[in-house]
Amino acid sequence: MTGNAIEIQDLSFSYGKAPVLDQISLEVPEQEFLGIVGPNAGGKSTLLKIILGLLKPRQGKVRVLGLSPVQARRHLGYVPQYPAFARDFPVTVEQVVLMGRLGQGRIIGGYSRRDREISRRVMAETEILDLAQRRISQLSGGQLQRTLVARALACEPRILLLDEPTANIDMRVENELFDLLKILNQRMTILVVSHDIAFISGYVHRVACLNRTLICHRTENIDGQVIQQLYDGDVRMVAHKH
Amino acid sequence: MDAFFQYSFLQTALLAGLLASIGCGIMGSYVVVKRIGYMAGGISHSVLAGMGAALFFGFSPMLGALLAALLAALLIGWIKIRWQTQEDTLIGAMWAIGMSIGVLFISRTPGYSTDLMSYLFGNILLVSTTQLWEMAVLNILVTAMVLAFYRQFLAVSFDEEFARLRGVPVNFFYLLFLCLVALTVVLLVQVVGLILVIALLTLPAAIAGHYVHTMGWMMLLASLLGMTFTTFGIWLSYVLDMPTGAIIILVAGGSFILSAIFSQWWQHRVQAAES
Repeated sequence: MTGNAIEIQDLSFSYGKAPVLDQISLEVPEQEFLGIVGPNAGGKSTLLKIILGLLKPRQGKVRVLGLSPVQARRHLGYVPQYPAFARDFPVTVEQVVLMGRLGQGRIIGGYSRRDREISRRVMAETEILDLAQRRISQLSGGQLQRTLVARALACEPRILLLDEPTANIDMRVENELFDLLKILNQRMTILVVSHDIAFISGYVHRVACLNRTLICHRTENIDGQVIQQLYDGDVRMVAHKH
Repeated sequence: MDAFFQYSFLQTALLAGLLASIGCGIMGSYVVVKRIGYMAGGISHSVLAGMGAALFFGFSPMLGALLAALLAALLIGWIKIRWQTQEDTLIGAMWAIGMSIGVLFISRTPGYSTDLMSYLFGNILLVSTTQLWEMAVLNILVTAMVLAFYRQFLAVSFDEEFARLRGVPVNFFYLLFLCLVALTVVLLVQVVGLILVIALLTLPAAIAGHYVHTMGWMMLLASLLGMTFTTFGIWLSYVLDMPTGAIIILVAGGSFILSAIFSQWWQHRVQAAES
């Protein structure tokens, strides 16, 4: 069955008076790899938080996997824009990944054997198994990013959402991360928020350009005009072919 | 050291110090990593209101402290959840209001004004056997709660948003967590008084944080450090004939400064060796 993983109709949102999102509609079929791009303060993170049920829309309808965002939460894996936490927190990679197992199973006491097996499996998949006992303050940017992806995968999500996953890592690590996402995309829907349109268009199926309003493009159709519209012509283009 | 074996009041003081160190190591670690020393300060100073009221109306100061601390914890938690933007001012106001209420009650209570000094700066040498039992019960309560909900507390203090997404009732655990801090504060007030509580709550945990990788080890090491500081402090204050609470804090503070310098130097050395 391939229905829509996410359905958004006429969604509007504002913090105070100024509208952040204005009449947005978006359908994301299951198994899609969707990029959401746009300028800073264009509403990208806000949209993600509405899909996650952390913010309530002022207007419009949002269904995730046919459920309300809050009900669908347990099927979502979220990779926040880091640093969303203190880098010097005394916690190991394995402990962070295990946090993805919270919210299922018993409430009191430690993690179950199954929780540990799942987190070892996702650490192997993200190639951080050998870092399991490292303190997170000792990780490089790329290693920390993999840890956060592993934590999201430990939720066994049907949809994976990533907020600016490449903000703090270099080009080579960025490539590795997207290669990993491409593999994961074979079994789950992926949404990536990024400001880096040129880079992600090589990986994703569709790009949603968000600057208060939203316009979707197949990646092959993105050209200078689209980018200029989005960023108000304030960017200088460098021609490149993928 | 012979004095410890000779005088029972010193033995009681020693036990009180050891008991207080357990709670201080466990909750202090959270306070340090969550950087909420200021909130703990607000809770501990509000305790004076409860102690003053207990003195005035004639019930147990420990009970008064407990009620005031829990009330302050819930209020502070509520402020943090509802009025995040003014958190700083509101906690500062509670801090001062709590103390003022306490001072007024104490001033209206007939008796010696030395009582006030012993609440502010503690008097571990006057801890009674009943108080020891009360401290033990508080300790067991704090430890049991933290053991039962270790995963949730870790997740909420590390990354609140993610914990919420995993269906953890974040606000509930946040309030529970502040209540446990309140219990610990009451535990420590017996030893060093409410002014110095923050130091004993945070210094051992901060030192432990220089050397360990996980919260579990941080709590264990902080508890052991707390025990060392209180024991050494009690002995030193006995030998020097000086106020115990202040000496304990100076021992802890001195150790913290030395440890901070040492761990900085050690990190530089390790980095230099790696590059």
